[in-house]
Parts: sequence; structure tokens; C-alpha cells
Amino acid sequence: MLKMTPALETDDVTCVFQVSQGFMKGIKPLRAVNGVSLKIPKGQVVGLVGESGCGKSTLANILLGLQKPTTGDVRYNGESAASFNRKDVARRIQPIFQDPYSSLNPTKTIASIVSLPLRIHQTCAPEEIDGKVHDILDLVGLPRRVAQSYPSQLSGGQRQRVAIARALIMKPEVVICDEPTSALDVSVQSQILNLLQDLKAELGLTYLLISHNLAVVEHMADRVAVMYLGRIVEEADSETLFADPRHPYTKALLDSVLTPDPRLGVPDTHLGAVFPNPIDPPSGCSFHPRCVSCMDICSRTAPKQDVDGPHMTECHLFGAEVKTPEPAI
Amino acid sequence: MTDAALPLRGQQTAEEILEPSPFSKLRKRIFKNHSFLIGALVLIVIIAMALLAPVFEALGWIHDPYEQDLASRLMNPFWHQAKVSEEHLLGTDKVGRDYLSRLIYGAQISLLIGFSTMLISGFIGTVLGVTAGYFGGRVDMVVNFIINTRLAMPVFLVAMAAVVAFGASLLVVILVLGLFLWDRFAVVMRSITMQARDLDYVKAARAMGCSTPYIIVREIFPNVIGSLTVVATVEMANAILLEAALSFLGFGVQAPTPSWGLMLNEGREYMFFSPWMLALPGTCLFMLVLAINLFGDGLRDVTLERER
Amino acid sequence: MSGDLILDVQNLKVDIPVSAGMLHPVRGISFSVKRGETLCIVGESGCGKSLTSLSLMGLLPKTAIRTADRLDFLGQDIRNLREREMAALRGVNMSMIFQEPMTSLNPAYTIGNQLEEVYLRHIERDRRKARDRAIFLLEKVGISSAASRLGQYPHQLSGGLRQRVMIAMALMCGPDLIIADEPTTALDVTIQAQILHLLAELQREFDMGLILITHDLGIVARVADKVQVMYAGKTVEEGPCEAVFDRPLHPYTSGLLKCIPVPGKTQRGAPLGSVPGIVPNLVGDLQGCMFRNRCEFAMAGCATLGDEPTRMDDGHAYTCLRPPEMALEPAE
Repeated sequence: MLKMTPALETDDVTCVFQVSQGFMKGIKPLRAVNGVSLKIPKGQVVGLVGESGCGKSTLANILLGLQKPTTGDVRYNGESAASFNRKDVARRIQPIFQDPYSSLNPTKTIASIVSLPLRIHQTCAPEEIDGKVHDILDLVGLPRRVAQSYPSQLSGGQRQRVAIARALIMKPEVVICDEPTSALDVSVQSQILNLLQDLKAELGLTYLLISHNLAVVEHMADRVAVMYLGRIVEEADSETLFADPRHPYTKALLDSVLTPDPRLGVPDTHLGAVFPNPIDPPSGCSFHPRCVSCMDICSRTAPKQDVDGPHMTECHLFGAEVKTPEPAI
Repeated sequence: MTDAALPLRGQQTAEEILEPSPFSKLRKRIFKNHSFLIGALVLIVIIAMALLAPVFEALGWIHDPYEQDLASRLMNPFWHQAKVSEEHLLGTDKVGRDYLSRLIYGAQISLLIGFSTMLISGFIGTVLGVTAGYFGGRVDMVVNFIINTRLAMPVFLVAMAAVVAFGASLLVVILVLGLFLWDRFAVVMRSITMQARDLDYVKAARAMGCSTPYIIVREIFPNVIGSLTVVATVEMANAILLEAALSFLGFGVQAPTPSWGLMLNEGREYMFFSPWMLALPGTCLFMLVLAINLFGDGLRDVTLERER
Repeated sequence: MSGDLILDVQNLKVDIPVSAGMLHPVRGISFSVKRGETLCIVGESGCGKSLTSLSLMGLLPKTAIRTADRLDFLGQDIRNLREREMAALRGVNMSMIFQEPMTSLNPAYTIGNQLEEVYLRHIERDRRKARDRAIFLLEKVGISSAASRLGQYPHQLSGGLRQRVMIAMALMCGPDLIIADEPTTALDVTIQAQILHLLAELQREFDMGLILITHDLGIVARVADKVQVMYAGKTVEEGPCEAVFDRPLHPYTSGLLKCIPVPGKTQRGAPLGSVPGIVPNLVGDLQGCMFRNRCEFAMAGCATLGDEPTRMDDGHAYTCLRPPEMALEPAE
């Protein structure tokens, strides 16, 4: 495999917030991101899957330059983020957010919203701005007269297209799609997903697709990383992950995907009603209180990464340490 | 039957923009809101009168408010039987000054105080509130402390002390009120800014490389203006009433300036014999403040239906 | 007894006067629910499904006008019940679970307080019995150490736990029918599976009817006995779950199913199917099939299509001009 510099890379990034526990109760550290090393190769779609509290939003903020990691390094095309200022980062990597209703400023016209990056970075002459706005609106499938409208006049799907136009007008290398279709109707979701795929091919983009919808991730992503309480617990090529999920959390996630098959019912994922708390994480493997296959060692030591070619799993069930056979699930 | 090779994107250009623009919707709501229209109308009339007063005087329609006509002291307004003068339709005060012209010029004073106080306190309060709301943390703590300190101070006593220290005049009143009445601005602007700060479009602007001052002024502030105007009208009415009260007590503008509050003070002596000397400036105050309140209420109803 | 008819709705309509005229969000839908049966009403935003559930409970906005040819609950006609009589039904025989567990619980009162209040208000004013029932139900919905949870406030619980509390609250008085309006949309996907699994178990155990309203076809397929697909205020297709999913007859249903990526079935990287266009405006006089401006099979007759559905033998029905043989043709 050709070893190319990934477009975006995090190297053992950790982000700790100091959170007040309430009046007179002191401050506790919250490890939102706990030693994450993620490579996003150029031209690929990497899916990041996880539920609330897993740290994916914090990681996205770190990648966008909105949040400084406590330790660790972020590299853009091999160069460390420390050598970039905010505008350089902005030119390379742009976000698309989940909520089309709050991601556009309601007091500005679409033209003003979409052209803002051009005006901030002053990459082109003021006369050219209108032309570029029209070009990008064409590219995302919006009629040109939308430029003079306000966000309140558009539907959710149209607004998300505007958000995409805004993200792409400066031709960034990497786009971070944070749940881009979760707030949209099903029929609009597929339109937007198709658009994202077309644009990736046409503009040679690299995506980090953050989503809790595994069906969407499986469809769009080349590689998938599963995040739990700040760590990546499994990472593999999309096909491999869905055919052969190894980590018990990944299995539970996959079981929870409800495909429209009328013959199947709703599976019992055996996860229990325990609430994973990032301020007070469980000892050892942070998943062990909810794990079906929990063993003694799981509550004592954190598991090491088991790298099996392109498939990485962080679980005591895998790797050289496992001597006893797997307990029946 | 869609051909998988065709760009599906092309199908989507047929989507129509259904909703009318937010401005035409605003216009419709304005004309439906009766209290807003009444308040606005009365306000316009009063402002027009105040602005045109010198013109009326030059045309000879009204007297000079400072001109004393000692021969015609304490004349009654036209609806009385005795002691009525054709020259003075609303009567005269104890030194013969025409009441009608003093009422009209009094509007100037009240409006001047209202607007200037609103501008000064609005500026102070907005800067403090938006800064506290956007930056949070320690900045917020400091601003909150300042707000609480201000709230602990009794406006009246401080105003009176200021007058004793610096002398009573229009300027002192405006400065004192302006430096005092910013607390509501600060509190409201702070909470609106805090809400706006967490929205995705602010995050997108930061991710785009916008500087913090740019974000505050160009992204957040336009969303704050709606609430700002509503608070401004409330504070303006407040300022007008406070000035009237201060002048009534003798701590505001001084004679011979035609302030409604001062006219209330001067009319006190004659309260039982000529109640109109109190009723007329009182009614004017009442109408101005009512108009401002109706206007402000209507403005809130009209602008706060912020649809997504 | 299981299998008894709990709810029978015929031709339910909701009209709301707005500044631009009369809005018709619900334009004549009919359905029924038996004890032990799960009916799923599925549709996208603007189809009228939420208003349908609110109109059953009598919780429509004051300006809304509800009409129906028949609205029988437990054999009783509830169309003209006064507010006090409806209130007696709500929470006792007919309960609702809402979408947002964050805002459905009152943050000023403890969980125990809110649970017990339902019992005390409707069944009897015995505090100990109310507390016992609350603990019983909290354990039934899978909340451990239930007794200590009673003293907690909503903000101390996670979204999944709050939704379980909502379910327990809905069950406090042993209702015959539960209406769940998008109960899992705001929850994580693993919690969603747990909550749905729980609802199905509880429905079996307490022998209730369940109306589940959602936009997620995956949930519908797994949970429903009967399906009602709504579009623009009307039912476009209805029937037994397997029949509707195996052989979708209405272009909207088949269009929606093509939009969903299914791991293993949809080809990775290929474009997903889509339903172009957006939902039409429902104000004023509406005639014919409202899907025609987005339908790939639209013909001239669609503009004057009536309300009568084409019924198949197994209870599967759909409202479309295309005859069943044509509708079953696979798309190219």
C-alpha cells in the first residue's frame, strides 16, 4: 500500500475540560477525547461513529481549529497545526453542521452567507464575488435567485445545500460533516447524501463523516472508526467492519441498526441501563459495565490496541494477551 | 426510472421558494397590530409638534414660552367661563407665560431627555451585556458584579446627590440618567448573546477564520437588534418619567425651562383652585409615556415572532 | 380481552384557520387499533401525523377544528366530550409519550413526585400505593435502584433514562392505549433499540394497544403489526406490515424505501434513490392526489383522483390511479 501523507491526522490527541461540579463541590476533569490517533487519507471518506458523550464533537472542534487539544498533535498534510494560524486552517478544512436551522445567520441573505469566506480571506476581487456565489449555488443544485433570499424562506434541505455551498466555496481539502442529514426528512436525506458524493468526486474532497446512523456511514465511508468515551475502540475498512465487527460495542451498535425488514423484530442489545459518564469513567476498559463479554481483567486494566492489518480493535478479547477462550455470548 | 449515471442533482433545481421574505411578513404584522399603530401615530404627532414648535412660534401661532405677560396672570383655559383670554387658549401660569406654548416646548425637553438617555444607557448596557454574553467566564463575572452594584444603588438619591454636587441642569439630568439606566439593556443583551453564541452559524464563522470583533459586530449583533429596540422604548419611557419626577421635586431642570415636571411643581400651589394647571402637563406626560409603551409593546409583538 | 377493538377512527379531519386561509393538515384518515396490536403511522414532516395523535387526545390548539365520522374509544364516542371528560380519559385510559424527554418532564419536581401525581389525581389519593406503583413501574422499565431514583430531578438523568421515566408515567394508571409520538428520535441509536424493545415487551405484558408515530421506516418495519403511510394529510397506503414492506404499492412508499441505505443491500458508492421536490402547501381547496408533483408516474387523471382506496384481499390498501399489477412492477 502506497504510504501517502494523510490529508488530516491526529496524533494521540487528548482534550481535558475542567468542569465545575456545582457550588462548592470542586472541579473535576472531563476527558472528552482520550488519546485519539486518527488518519484521514486524501480523497477518502472516513466515518466516525459514536453516541452522545463519546467525544466526537470535541474531536471535530479540535480538527477545525476551534478547540486546542490538551496534549497531542494535529497535522494537516503532514504539517503540524501549531505552525498554522486560524485562517490557514480555515482554508484547508471546513464544517457542515447538523442543524440547518441554526447553521445559517437568519439576518443575512444567502449571498452574504455563502460569500463570507471569500470576503474574510480576500482571495478574490470584490467584482468576482457574485460570479463565484452563482457558480457554487449551481454546483449544489440551488436556483440562482436563492441568493437574494433569507434562510427563513428556505426548506431544511435547501438550507443544508447552502451550508454545503458555504463550506465549499473556498475549495477546502477536507470537509467535516457533522451529522449532515440527521435533522432532515428521509427523502431529503438521500438527496443531500447523493450531492455530497457527487461533490466529492467532482472536487476531489476528503470527508470526515460523523454520524450515529450506521447505515449512512456504511454507504458513504471507506473506513470507519468507532468511538466510545473518548477513545477509538475499533477501526477498519467499511466492508470489514460491517461484515466482521469485533468489539462488543460495535456489535451492539450494528445490532441497533433497524433495517426495514418486517420479519425481524427489535433486538435486545444487552447493554443495560447504565449511563456512561465521561467525568467518572469506569476503571479498566471504559465499556466493561455494559459489556456482554466482560471478563475479570476488563475491570482492572485498559485494553491495548490489537492491530490486525487494517483492522484495529481495542478489547481484551483480541490480541496476544487472550489466553482463555472467549466466554459464551 | 432514474438512470444511475444521470446526476440526480439536476432534478433538484425545480424547488420553489415558497415563503415570502421576512420583510414583507413584518410589514403585514405591523399593519395588523392596532396598539402598535396607535402608539406610533401619537408618538409621531408629539415628535412633530416638538420639532415644529420654533416654526409655529415664528409664524405667530404660539407664544414664546418664556415671555411673561404679567397683566394676564393665571388666566383659565378656554373651556372655563371666567378669566378667559383669546390670546392664551390654555391659560397662563403664575407669571403670565402661555400654557399652550409651554406644553408644546415641554415636549421637546421630555423627548430630548428620553432619546439622549436611551442612547447613552443603551450604548453602555449593550457593550457590557454583549461582552459578558459572548466571552462568559471571568468577564461575565466582572460584568455581573458591576450590574449588581448598579442595581443596589437607588437612582433617585444618587440623582439628587449629583444635582447637589454639580448643580441642577438639563445636562446633569441627562448624564445621571444615562449613566444609571443601562442595567436592563445589559441583562437582556447578555442573555440574547449567550443564546446566539452557541448557535452553529457562529461556530461556522469561527471555523471560517473570522475574528472575534467581526463575529460580535457583524454576526451576533444583527440578531440582537430586535430585543434591543424593545428595551430601548421601555427605558425611554422610564427616563421621561424619572426626569419629570426629578423636576417636580426641584432636582431636575430649573425654571424657567418649560419641563412638564417643573410645570407640575409650579402648579401645585394652585391645585385646588385651578386643577387644570396640574392636569394639563400630567395628561401630556401620560399620553407620551402611553404612546411609547404601546409602540414598544407592539414592536415586541411584531418582531418577536421570529420564525426559524 | 386481547383482540378487542380499542380505537376506531373514521374520516378524521383537522382544519386550522390561518391568515392565508384554511389550513388542512389532516384531510380524512381512518384507522383502528385492537388490544395487543401496534399501529405505526409513518410519514415525513408536514404530513399531519403529530396532529393526528394530538387530535385523538383532544390536545389540539384552540383554533383547530376537529371533525370525524366516527371516533370511538373503548366503544364510547369521544367526539363531543367536554374538556373535563377528556381529561378523565387522558393518563388513565389513553396515555401519550412525547418526543423530547428533556422538556416533557417538569424540571421543578422530582421524578417520584411527577409519577405519583398521575396516580393520586386519577386513581385514588393513597400515597403509599402510588409510591409502590411508581417503584414497580420504574423497575419494569429497567431502572435499577428505583426507590432512590424517586427523589431525583429530571436534569440528573440521561435522555434514555428520562424517556423510560416517561414510559413509566404513561403506564401509571394502566392505560388501554398508548400513543407514542416519535419516542426515540432524540435518543442515541443503542438506547433507541432498548426503548423500542421495552415498549414491545410492556405492550405484551399489559395487553395494551400501541400507536407509534415516526418518520423512521426501519422502526416501523420492526415494530408494527399494521402500517399507515401518511402524505399531505391523507393515508396513501395502509395494511399489514409485511404486505406493505414486501410489496409497496404507492409510489411514495416505494420511493421512500429506495431512499434508505441498507447495509448489504444498497450498493456502496452508488447514488441512493430519492423523492425529488418538497411537500405541497396545504392551505385552501385541495383536489386530487397531492403527491402528483413529485411522482414519476404522474398522469392527467391524478389531478382529480378521489379518496377511495384500492383494497387488496389481505387488508392492504392504497390510493393511487395505478392498478396493482402495474404498481408491483419493479422499477428499472
